[in-house]
Amino acid sequence: MKTIIKNCKVFNSDKTELYIDGEKFAAAFPENEADEVIDLEGKMVFPGLVDMHVHLREPGYEYRETIATGCAAAAKGGFTAVCSMPNTFPVCDNAAVVNGIIKKAENAKCRVYPVGAATKGLGVKEIAEIGLMKEAGIVAVSNDGKPIANAGIMRKVLEYASDFDMPVLNHCEDDFLSEGAMNEGPVSTFIGIRGIPTAAEDIMISRDLILSEYLDVPVHIQHVSTKGGVRMIRDAKARGVKVTAETCPHYFTLTDDSCENYDTNFKMHPPLRTEEHKQAVIEGIVDGTIDCIVTDHAPHHQDEKELEFSLANNGIVGLESSFALGYTYLVKPGIISIERLIDLMCYNPSNILRLGRGGLEIGDDADLTVFDLDNEFTFDKNKMLSKSRNTPFDGWKLYGETVLTMMGGKKTYEKLC
Amino acid sequence: MALKNKDLLGMKQLTSEEIMEILDTAKTMKMVISSGNKKTSHLQGKAVITLFYENTTRTRTSFEMASNYMGSSSANISSSGSSVAKGESLLDTVRTLDAMGTDIIIMRHNQSGAPHSIANKINASVVNAGDGMNEHPTQALLDMLTMYERFDTFEGKNIAICGDCYHSRVVRSNAIGLAKLGANVSVYGPRTMMPVGIENMGVRVADSVADCVKDADAVMGLRVQLERQNSALFPSVAEYSKFYAITPEILQLAKPDAFLMHPGPCNHGVELPTAVYDCDQSVINEQVTNGVAVRMAVLYLLMARRNNL
Ligand SMILES: [Zn+2]
Repeated sequence: MKTIIKNCKVFNSDKTELYIDGEKFAAAFPENEADEVIDLEGKMVFPGLVDMHVHLREPGYEYRETIATGCAAAAKGGFTAVCSMPNTFPVCDNAAVVNGIIKKAENAKCRVYPVGAATKGLGVKEIAEIGLMKEAGIVAVSNDGKPIANAGIMRKVLEYASDFDMPVLNHCEDDFLSEGAMNEGPVSTFIGIRGIPTAAEDIMISRDLILSEYLDVPVHIQHVSTKGGVRMIRDAKARGVKVTAETCPHYFTLTDDSCENYDTNFKMHPPLRTEEHKQAVIEGIVDGTIDCIVTDHAPHHQDEKELEFSLANNGIVGLESSFALGYTYLVKPGIISIERLIDLMCYNPSNILRLGRGGLEIGDDADLTVFDLDNEFTFDKNKMLSKSRNTPFDGWKLYGETVLTMMGGKKTYEKLC
Repeated sequence: MALKNKDLLGMKQLTSEEIMEILDTAKTMKMVISSGNKKTSHLQGKAVITLFYENTTRTRTSFEMASNYMGSSSANISSSGSSVAKGESLLDTVRTLDAMGTDIIIMRHNQSGAPHSIANKINASVVNAGDGMNEHPTQALLDMLTMYERFDTFEGKNIAICGDCYHSRVVRSNAIGLAKLGANVSVYGPRTMMPVGIENMGVRVADSVADCVKDADAVMGLRVQLERQNSALFPSVAEYSKFYAITPEILQLAKPDAFLMHPGPCNHGVELPTAVYDCDQSVINEQVTNGVAVRMAVLYLLMARRNNL
């Protein structure tokens, strides 16, 4: 299969055409040799995006999402690579489950890089078989959703993982402080919902930074949502601590005011914070404290969300809205450049996890995506390809709708006009 | 005379005019209660259901008396012996009740926002009889009726509320309602029981019980749930009653004609010494009567809106 993409701009390049032969970008060849010629009418080709924080729910929770549906949603969002979190059933804490995920993902519309559990069963006692899981294909370990509360265990995870050069990603929340269902503050007090203080997140971030510095090993902080977290990570980076960090679109577009009507599509961990914290997250994105924008794509069935606020599951889907939110709320107002957004959503996560993604040169995997940056569109939850509908962004007017995504030279998403 | 919204979810949703309308109507209803013949026909041919997911007798009985006095046909569902215990979702339960032709569902739930989450999905009017830590609007309305019978206006009156403000829906509803009518509300309790940012609700956070009660026109004690001792919120009853209770000496700091309220049930000797509970300034028993009157007024005004449509 040979494809020519013509009449395009190419991200960070002067090229106006791209040639694909099989799975790779290739040197120019005559149009009559091409099986398909795609005319982009001047639109820009970007490298396929990378999301290092996704819950694909398979195995075990296929009623929420499957690898197939999650990857279709990813392709629709412009992603060609995602990292699947290990809180499946059974937990992805051994090579057999890793193999199963990789096998299932072979025919999916997106590359899937499994993340293994840091501890067996996401529990509090034993380190998982990080070495054997690495051989099977994991790219990092994480107990996302079940923060490693015990500092002694966290130390051992960081030490043992470093023997295998395995990145450790931690969801930072002190469970003893975070029994609530939304951010603690005037809004939680006003509507009578138990609050989760920002201190719950800050305390664990500070602990992980201290351990990382003390042991001189890398650590990656997942979904940063607080001003204190941003400040501590910034200071640690300045001291040379090997820390990297991510945040999610909802932390730079939404605040806890949205919870006032008990709409559970605004309920997640960490919770939506106040405007002050939202602005701090944006500052962290601007000055490089935050390295990645991830979705924390967390599909839940309607029956798990249409509940009393405190009883509803945590999390929202995000793959299909992430780029458009970043583009509309960060690039369009001039807060960051489009280049910086592509760093945050492609090159940085790829580098942190050593995935080697994002190349648009001859010989690179032909992973690319094209967005319509000029026309506004309405984000419609009923048009999502994810199996779940738990998005807070339904009806939002955004820029940056995906037009085309290709992974390994094959179309994985194409907007039908 | 009618309420603007289909439901009574909380004081947050009421205007000051609506609050006054409820209080004025409640005064009339109180005359019905004190008359020999308690029956009215305002709810004749109407179906009222109490749906209680929390064990409580006084609020429920108060609502049941109110709807009985007004001639409704009513049914009662509680958390034991119904689908509630069988794991049916709240939404499914209320949709079933709605399909049976229920006019008003009076709901008590241990989760904040539970009535809000179902109100716009059904035709019946929903009355919030207490949702988690959020609101208990008819309690605030009965407290306000008790004050209204003694004040000519709420404007500038000092109301002191002492106790566990964190878990209290009574505090939230009173603070919101009283602020709308221009009263000055002061609150005090152990810092462990004081929610972050409560001052944003227009109340003053006092430094001590004495500071809270000083110059008050009305003083309200809140029930302390003794099981909270187990969650590190206060160390012992002895300590609580020494530092946080409304003692006779504390009550003397209020204005001379001030009166004492409590939403009940009261832990004698904890938040209030028995001597205070029974003192001349206590209007606690009158609050109970006013509870029925206010609930009659709310049911009447909600039904008036339904009939107008
Ligand atoms: Zn997480």
